Amino acid sequence: MSEHILLPEGSIEKQTTTLNLGPTHPATHGVFQNVLELDGERILKSTSTIGYIHRAFEKIAERRPLYQITPLTDRLNYCSSPINNMGWHITCEKLLGLQIPKRVDYLRVIIMELSRISDHLICNSIVGVDSGAYTGFLYVMQYRELIYEIYEEICGSRLTTTIGRIGGFERNFTPAAFQKLEKFLKEYPGVLKEFENLFTRNRIFMDRTIGCGPIAADRALNYGFTGPNLRAAGVDYDVRIHTPYSSYEDFDFTIPVGTTGDCYDRFLVRNEEMWQSLSIIQQAYQKVQEFKGADAEVFHADAPAYYLPAKKDVYTKMEALIYHFKIVMGETEMPAGEVYSSIEAANGELGFYLVSDGGRTPYRLHFRRPCFIYYQAFEELVKGGMLSDAIITMSSLNLIAGEMDA
Amino acid sequence: MLNNEIIKQKLTEKFPDQLTDWCEPYGMLTFTAPAPLNLKVLQFLYDDAELRFQFLTDLQAVHYPDSKGAELAVVYHLHNLVDNVRIRFKVFVDIEKPDVYSATALYRSANHMERETFDFYGVNFVGHPNLIRILNVEEMDYFPMRKQYPVEDQSRIDKDDEMFGRG
Repeated sequence: MSEHILLPEGSIEKQTTTLNLGPTHPATHGVFQNVLELDGERILKSTSTIGYIHRAFEKIAERRPLYQITPLTDRLNYCSSPINNMGWHITCEKLLGLQIPKRVDYLRVIIMELSRISDHLICNSIVGVDSGAYTGFLYVMQYRELIYEIYEEICGSRLTTTIGRIGGFERNFTPAAFQKLEKFLKEYPGVLKEFENLFTRNRIFMDRTIGCGPIAADRALNYGFTGPNLRAAGVDYDVRIHTPYSSYEDFDFTIPVGTTGDCYDRFLVRNEEMWQSLSIIQQAYQKVQEFKGADAEVFHADAPAYYLPAKKDVYTKMEALIYHFKIVMGETEMPAGEVYSSIEAANGELGFYLVSDGGRTPYRLHFRRPCFIYYQAFEELVKGGMLSDAIITMSSLNLIAGEMDA
Repeated sequence: MLNNEIIKQKLTEKFPDQLTDWCEPYGMLTFTAPAPLNLKVLQFLYDDAELRFQFLTDLQAVHYPDSKGAELAVVYHLHNLVDNVRIRFKVFVDIEKPDVYSATALYRSANHMERETFDFYGVNFVGHPNLIRILNVEEMDYFPMRKQYPVEDQSRIDKDDEMFGRG
């Protein structure tokens, strides 16, 4: 019918609206752009542009010794930098063939699960903010602070942590760090329970998120989804189970899955993962406490060529001085080979493909960033939906600009 | 249970004498296929009832300027989620004519990854629906991850890196 009506050029009825969502829109929670073609409030088409904070990490990494690449990994998913750091250290250790003591593995698990909690906490509370509930966000920020204080106690920094070293940690966990961990373990379950009460069975929140931005399991796999977003669609793929690293096989935990892959399922999966992470931390802390005497002082592997010696030794021992010099000046050769190693980061499978020609720096390093890969489904997820649904779909996918652009 | 032996056997049956450089670095089966065959190999790995490599984990390129006629390697990492087996396979192309068939019809996830590979290495993925730059600016007229472009700006004279071991 409508094609028979001739409307004058440029008349309002004939047009759809083009809306620039981003690059600096508050609802994108990061620097990337979505050009939406709107018919009223319905989205007809969305075109995304990314790369606004591309920092050429892969190129830079080709001229840096292994230990100098750790700070680059901080800046991928900056909501959970410690996981990225650990993933990178584990990759290096795989290439170098280092044996890591169990205690180091357990300490790493504690740190990784803490950062998984802090990442999911942000994501879930941001979904709340974008659907109009600010309370939860302000409430849980206080408890993310507790996690950041634990990082601070261990490595001195909070956001871009560069936590740990190749082979272990730079120093043993202090008693204060364990005290802070205990405080967190004591206080956090009550907070998470309350956070859940605010959202999980909240009628408004449910109406807002159920059926919003859904994706079926086969589509999600085809789009390369991993992590909570894939599990929300009903696929129980988790790197911690499939390819255990850092002694995850020693822990007892379950992988929550959803069914429809919509915003509500993603919220629930993340929420349950926080409970599982909490349980893993408790188990790991218990295992750490079981080390007594000299075993309780182990915080790094014996890898003198890659692990910086203690400053005291550098000043008094010749060998330590040599290693110190070689490591700091980046003059340690690594074995030739190619290795792919992945970990379960907060957003999914974070992979490192490292090609070494036996030099001092990687010949080629590629980061498999989960965000970059699943973001391409966004156009399909929001098509035909309302503009306000696109906003919460975006936040429930946990799109982190740093991870997308690398 | 699917293992590297079986995969290798099935692939050599299907593509006799065409797949080379078999190795298993750190346990992951790795091989090289001729560039025009990449899609056929992918399709076979995807469709075969036993192989079922239906998840594309990663796709990227590596530049080897010294191997003339095969400077660019496109590397695929595939994952069989049912049997939990990963493999890696590579195709090598001439940098003067870097044509590789696009895997977007099989894996939606290849879309961004191929755009990224094009953006940084200039690999031309034939059949890609939208092969444009993704992370760099559109006006860029070179492919920055190729080895001839150094990391530090060589034209700068205000920096002296010699003291730091990378002059």
